[in-house]
Amino acid sequence: MEQLVKLIPLFPLISFAIIGMLNRRLTKTHTAIFACTGVFLSFIDSLLVFIAQTQHHTTVEVQIYEWITVANFNSAISFLVDPLSSVFLMVITGVGFLIHVFSVGYMKDDDGFRRFFAYLNLFIFFMLILVLGNNFLVMFIGWEGVGFCSFMLIGFWYKDQKNNDAAKKAFVMNRIGDLGFLIAMCLIFTNFSTLNYSTLFAPGFITANPVSTGSLTLITICLFIGAMGKSAQIPLYTWLPDAMAGPTPVSALIHAATMVTAGIYMVARTNVLFSLTPDTMMFVAVIGIATALLGAVIGLFQNDIKKVLAYSTVSQLGLMFLALGVGAYTAAVFHVVTHAFFKALLFLGSGSVIHSMGGEQDIRKMGGLKKHMPVTYFTFLVGTLAISGIPPLAGFFSKDEILASALGQHPVWFVLGMLVSLMTAFYMFRLLYLTFHGQFRGTHEQEHHLHESPSNMTIPLIILAICAIFAGFIGFPHAVGQALGIHNWFGHFLSPVLGESEIHFSAATELTLMAITTVLIIIVILIARNIYITKKTLPTPEHEPLPAGKNIIYNKFFVDEFYNKLVTKPLDRFSEFLSSSFDKGVIEGIVNGFGKLTVRTGQTVRLLQNGNLGFYVIAIVVALISLFLIFLV
Amino acid sequence: MQTLSGIPLNYYIYLSTALFCIGVLGVMVRRNAIIMFMCIELMLNAVNLLMVAFSRYLGDSSGQVFVFFIMAVAAAEVAVGLAILIMIYRNAKTSDTEVLNELKL
Amino acid sequence: MLTLLLILFPFLTALLLMSFSDKMARPIALGSAVIELILACFTLFTLQNGQTGLLGLNYTWSSSLGISFSIAIDGISMLMILIASLVMPLVIYFSFNKQYNNPRLLYALMMVMQSAMIGVFCAADGFLFYIFWEIALIPIYFICLMWGGENRQRITFKFFIYTLLGSLFMLLALIYVYLQSPERSFDIQVLYAAGRNMSVIEQGWVMGAFFLAFAVKMPVFPFHTWQPDTYYTAPTAGVIMLSGIMSKMATYGLIRWVLPMVPQGVFEYGHIPIILSVISIIYASCISIIQKDFKYLIAYASIAHLGLISAGILSANTQSLQGALIEMLSHAVNTVGLFVVYDIIVKRTGTSEMSRLGGLRAIDSSFAFMFFIIVLSVVALPFTSGFVGEFLLILGLFKNSPVLGSIAGLSIILGVVYMFRSFQTMMLGPTSPSMLGLPKLNIREKSTLFIVVILIIVFGVYPKPILAITENTIKTLLEGIQ
Repeated sequence: MEQLVKLIPLFPLISFAIIGMLNRRLTKTHTAIFACTGVFLSFIDSLLVFIAQTQHHTTVEVQIYEWITVANFNSAISFLVDPLSSVFLMVITGVGFLIHVFSVGYMKDDDGFRRFFAYLNLFIFFMLILVLGNNFLVMFIGWEGVGFCSFMLIGFWYKDQKNNDAAKKAFVMNRIGDLGFLIAMCLIFTNFSTLNYSTLFAPGFITANPVSTGSLTLITICLFIGAMGKSAQIPLYTWLPDAMAGPTPVSALIHAATMVTAGIYMVARTNVLFSLTPDTMMFVAVIGIATALLGAVIGLFQNDIKKVLAYSTVSQLGLMFLALGVGAYTAAVFHVVTHAFFKALLFLGSGSVIHSMGGEQDIRKMGGLKKHMPVTYFTFLVGTLAISGIPPLAGFFSKDEILASALGQHPVWFVLGMLVSLMTAFYMFRLLYLTFHGQFRGTHEQEHHLHESPSNMTIPLIILAICAIFAGFIGFPHAVGQALGIHNWFGHFLSPVLGESEIHFSAATELTLMAITTVLIIIVILIARNIYITKKTLPTPEHEPLPAGKNIIYNKFFVDEFYNKLVTKPLDRFSEFLSSSFDKGVIEGIVNGFGKLTVRTGQTVRLLQNGNLGFYVIAIVVALISLFLIFLV
Repeated sequence: MQTLSGIPLNYYIYLSTALFCIGVLGVMVRRNAIIMFMCIELMLNAVNLLMVAFSRYLGDSSGQVFVFFIMAVAAAEVAVGLAILIMIYRNAKTSDTEVLNELKL
Repeated sequence: MLTLLLILFPFLTALLLMSFSDKMARPIALGSAVIELILACFTLFTLQNGQTGLLGLNYTWSSSLGISFSIAIDGISMLMILIASLVMPLVIYFSFNKQYNNPRLLYALMMVMQSAMIGVFCAADGFLFYIFWEIALIPIYFICLMWGGENRQRITFKFFIYTLLGSLFMLLALIYVYLQSPERSFDIQVLYAAGRNMSVIEQGWVMGAFFLAFAVKMPVFPFHTWQPDTYYTAPTAGVIMLSGIMSKMATYGLIRWVLPMVPQGVFEYGHIPIILSVISIIYASCISIIQKDFKYLIAYASIAHLGLISAGILSANTQSLQGALIEMLSHAVNTVGLFVVYDIIVKRTGTSEMSRLGGLRAIDSSFAFMFFIIVLSVVALPFTSGFVGEFLLILGLFKNSPVLGSIAGLSIILGVVYMFRSFQTMMLGPTSPSMLGLPKLNIREKSTLFIVVILIIVFGVYPKPILAITENTIKTLLEGIQ
């Protein structure tokens, strides 16, 4: 078992090393084989570990080696496998593998094929480290590592300066969060003298320490700031839509399924701390729902297929944080799993579309793709249904659980969450209709080029679609499930780490809830259908003016511009001031002033030394006489 | 007041002070190097006179020993100094110190 | 004896070098640097076997003044010697890439400098420390003056005067403590005892005087203005020695002389230099952001890192000290890497102005990759050597003062901004046609960078052996000052 755990991250690392070192000496086929095998082996390994977990429920701790040991600070590279991490392992390696397979087809004509797979493998490695880590510092390795891979992959097409800017923006914003994480680690260490999960989260350990609620709140807030950066929450969310500059499989893997959920993982992992600090929980819930709403609203009017999905991801992540904030950790993790499936599916589907459209991402230029790309269409439809929350697809169950938990906490959460779901359904169906239905609106050349993607791209889509349909059943709602004799396996499985859900409604309440949400969602879908199919409304072309409200939304509330004005520009100006005025002026002036003073003094004093002997003698005599007068008289 | 060979000590002091002042004034006022040189000798000898007088007065011979030292040093100084003066004269055709300002910046 | 050999060997090679022809200068210099490294490794081995008897040496120099030629090596000195002897072969090896005038003299001066710096790291006598400290300044002055770029007279003169003036304060402080000692001796233990017996205010002043000298050398805000220009004008070999090793003399001095000698002064008044150091971090990072020239950027980035080290050392706890030491190593390695990258770029394009560069990745993708690893180490990404040091430093500083620790932590954000900006501007983006025909990296450039990258990763992934070198010494040191 321990050996198995050690091997999980090793496979992708090895394939990364092989691809990285041999590089040009490998053919594309071999690269693809190495890359996919690495992740596949890791997946099999994770599967074995996961099965063992479901059977034994024992947490496994493996120490690889001692990393940083300084006095009482001790941080080993060690792994922890418990239900929570094993779920994430499955998602990462499973979805990761499918995306690898998809990428083989998607990237086959790209010059950077090898580089792409090398980074992708490295990403999987770091992501696995992130979830496997047995202390905060190991999580931090993965945390920063995935950020770095994300940077490399967003800026994958590095010749375009826009991509590089997006990559840098992502990394800098992540780093702002990372600083929060770093400070949280420092706080945890100064308060508890350990960063190890097993010590820290042992029952009663926190409460046994004399730590004030204030510092606990500070710790959790700082941790959450870290999560904000990585999981694109307000105010650090603007990097995620820009991150779509990377190749689409990257968006699917990193910016939808895995890396961005690291923040959820972190909060779930540290739920012991969060549960003790209601203030932070409140904060998390507020940020979560605000982000969810913001993402959904912006998503309503975006015209770039990937931007819509990106804002949808922001919004869904917000929902997960809402779940965390109301204490429904299981619901959040459950949504991570289902979201990974359907969002990866949607992104890959959009990738398939973009591939077929020859790189075009604007949905105003698509339409009617249904008949050209049937597999993509049906799988995309499944994804759309799932994310909209139509029973019995995966998204329905997880969203329902979040909404139910939200209702249990406070009806406001529920109403707002509901609003998010409705908007989600609307913009997703808008996307679906504009892309796949109606008439084709692109150029003639593009239309000629349209084709269904090859099988190595469609098969992952199909598998993901199957998952998106059935994955929900693992977390069948408690009350209804009891009535039907179906057991909420997922909640039960995670309960050793996340605790049992405290909110239980009667079967009737739950059913009513489901019915209401479903009906409302279907109404929204019908509205969307009415607008985009029956009335054939099209979004406004790029350069035509939009109504004021819509314009603000279309331009994402000008948040980027605002940040630019508020942070970037002032920082630049401040630096400029420090450099040219303060450094070169004041400090350098003072230093050189000393030098000049010395020179001036010298120039003045040397006038005394005029070489006139008589003058010297007079000076001596005068000096002698005055000394004589001073001391003797 | 004690006397040395019938002359009071004060008189020695007056004399040597006068000599010394003449020397100082000479160095200060005159420009000719040789005269300045002589004035310096005058100052040295004023001191010598004073030392001998006090040595006798206090009955301590070490003052007279110092006088010999000073005379020896003065002799050496004269030797070197005059040599330099001659060289200067050869080069500048004068012994006026005002003219010798080539080393000034 | 071994210690004496470590100090004398480079010096003797320098003499030897002068008697050979220019042609022989390179192999002799490289050979000597490698032998020195082997010697240093052997010393490390001896130290770890506990045969410390071999390492100390104590000759009375002037008994009336209480000065002795006393040298010793403990864990901290050992690490510093390792840094010095690790950087040297790399610098010399890489310097073959360029045709320097009068190479004999250059290498001889470098060797003398190494000798003096190792002397600084081993000195167990205040007076000897001061002497080595000043000797080390002379060769680098000539290196910058004779092989430097434009404006070198003015800039090196300023550098020389500035650092000399700074060290005068150190001398004053040393003499002051010496005068307080009942034995009137410059022996390190005597000075420690004398220093600790002083009143807190006196200790504070002594700390201030020492810090002034070290702050100039490191440098720390606001004593840094000599540094960017000097780095800019100095030849690559010289600047690596300046930034890679010489700045460590100052941080080493803080650990060796200030902490144990005036601990109460540090506890009581340490926040002033710590605040200066933290200002230095933020200040230099901000200035780095808008630098247009890559070499100036490296210079300011270096100020930021040394500020963190200095703040960590004065925080005086195990984490911060260990962090400081490993960060010194990491900084030395990174510095070599960055300046090598600078040299490679300038050699090809003739400029280090970033806006005129772009798309250099097209020259050689492995170059871009290795450069990027170095960048990652500078911004302290986990599994690079930079992370271990910076994390421990921030943790240690945080234990001392959470607010300052958090402010210092801002450097990880600002670091990304300026390092990534420079990397992207120079390496990525469209390649201008004039950059297309540039030659690929030659084997020497590649191997130097490769060694740097390997070191970065090895120290980052497995820092334990490095931490182990200094572990006990730091423990003793901290026990001593409690």
